[in-house]
Amino acid sequence: MSATSAFSPTVTGAVAVRVLTQLRRDPRTVAMLVVVPCALQTLLWWMFLDVPTAAGQPGTFDRVGPGLLAIFPFVVMFLVTSVVTLRERSSGTLERLLSMPTGRLDLLVGYAAAFGLAAALQSALAVGVSVGLLGLDVAGPTLLLLVVAVADAVLGTALGLFVSAFAQTEFQAVQFMPLLVIPQILLCGLFVQRDALPAVLGALSDVMPLSYAVDAMQHLATETSTGAVWADVALVAGFALAGLLLGALTLRRRTA
Amino acid sequence: MVNNSARPVVEVRGLTVVRGDHRVLDGLDLDVPSGVTGLLGPSGCGKSTLLRSVVGVQRTAGGSVTVLGQEAGSRPLRDRVGYVTQASSVYDDLTVAENLRFFALVLRLGRSRRELVERVDAAVEAVDLGSHRDQVVGHLSGGQRSRVSLAVALLGEPDLLVLDEPTVGLDPVLRRDLWALFHRIADPVDGQGAAVLVSSHVMDEAERCDRLVLMRDGAVLAVDTPDGVKQRTGTDDVEQAFLRLVEQDGGAAA
Repeated sequence: MSATSAFSPTVTGAVAVRVLTQLRRDPRTVAMLVVVPCALQTLLWWMFLDVPTAAGQPGTFDRVGPGLLAIFPFVVMFLVTSVVTLRERSSGTLERLLSMPTGRLDLLVGYAAAFGLAAALQSALAVGVSVGLLGLDVAGPTLLLLVVAVADAVLGTALGLFVSAFAQTEFQAVQFMPLLVIPQILLCGLFVQRDALPAVLGALSDVMPLSYAVDAMQHLATETSTGAVWADVALVAGFALAGLLLGALTLRRRTA
Repeated sequence: MVNNSARPVVEVRGLTVVRGDHRVLDGLDLDVPSGVTGLLGPSGCGKSTLLRSVVGVQRTAGGSVTVLGQEAGSRPLRDRVGYVTQASSVYDDLTVAENLRFFALVLRLGRSRRELVERVDAAVEAVDLGSHRDQVVGHLSGGQRSRVSLAVALLGEPDLLVLDEPTVGLDPVLRRDLWALFHRIADPVDGQGAAVLVSSHVMDEAERCDRLVLMRDGAVLAVDTPDGVKQRTGTDDVEQAFLRLVEQDGGAAA
């Protein structure tokens, strides 16, 4: 009898391939996943097209655009993951998997890998459209924009996995978005510079992972140095890891 | 291989499960030997809860469940026990073969790609779904879907197969074929000599079992062969026997 270790690359890979196959079976979701961010980015560009820019200042689109590139993968992957995981819980497949030699980490890392890949594709297109077609100015390396986006997507996946444990229906899962995601969007520095927020809100903003993803994107847009960006990416990855570990705690083999 | 003379495959001692204020199972004792054992009783009598405890996914409030000499649900058992729930527990948006391939990988079956394919094909054939192999499960009928679920449970050639109402809603021909399959799996010569524990709320399925466990209100009324149950109660079908046992039980309690 083969020993069943806590983590198996075969099982993790199988989970990732399975999730991607399921996504592929749903072309409408895939289309929305890749088209919607590009369309929204275009809308944003169009909104600010006729707004006059002060001399020597970056245009509004150049200021706000990078932040939005950080928000898409986070929000989308949060929603997709919480619904997919909830479905896995309610269909009985999760119970079956946990009665088999499946490590909890196999499941979580498999999910994160699959959605991270989907997010890479989504972000590549959104970044391509923004920089190539809409003329978004990015001072730093464009590839690093993608790294931030993927870290951000994994963060969304981790948070989605975690909240799915507290929802009994898809309706409830979706309600976690206004609760957990919108405050992060409001306080991430897109509306009010983070250092100009009232002290309490500034402190809140400091413990919200999305703030660091948006910081990283905005830094990349205006500066060529990358040290601060990597520090932000590390923070986002740390939050994502913590989220995955919390998510692992919610996967119980025995339920009532 | 399961040895008939050895200890029972499943040993339940003093099992208690509480849900809210309700004691679903209250100090239940039961031994399940190899062969096909039918767990019969009305809906809501605690059959599913007992089966979930045997598989080790039920949170329990007391007692012990030992399977193949190990604590139920413990790591060494996870590829030796096959489990089919009432929910089909397969992915609707994957094909039959994709589902089986995925679960085969999770069970770490097959050293090579070819062996993996062979395992998947064998499971597909066992439940007679060869012609639906590459169809998406969501497009299959309810009965076909539950057979996909059964195929997943058969993949690892388990020593214990736990099936929660696997024949509900199936047509009589298919039901007969499935019962034949259960006996084949339990056969120590032709099959793998596994213990098969099947629940049903349909009493006429009782005749197809080697042994019956009759259950009501979270307690075991009787454990015997179908003939034994009928003789003991002086009746000629299991449904009558069940009623007689309920009356005796009620009389003793009053």
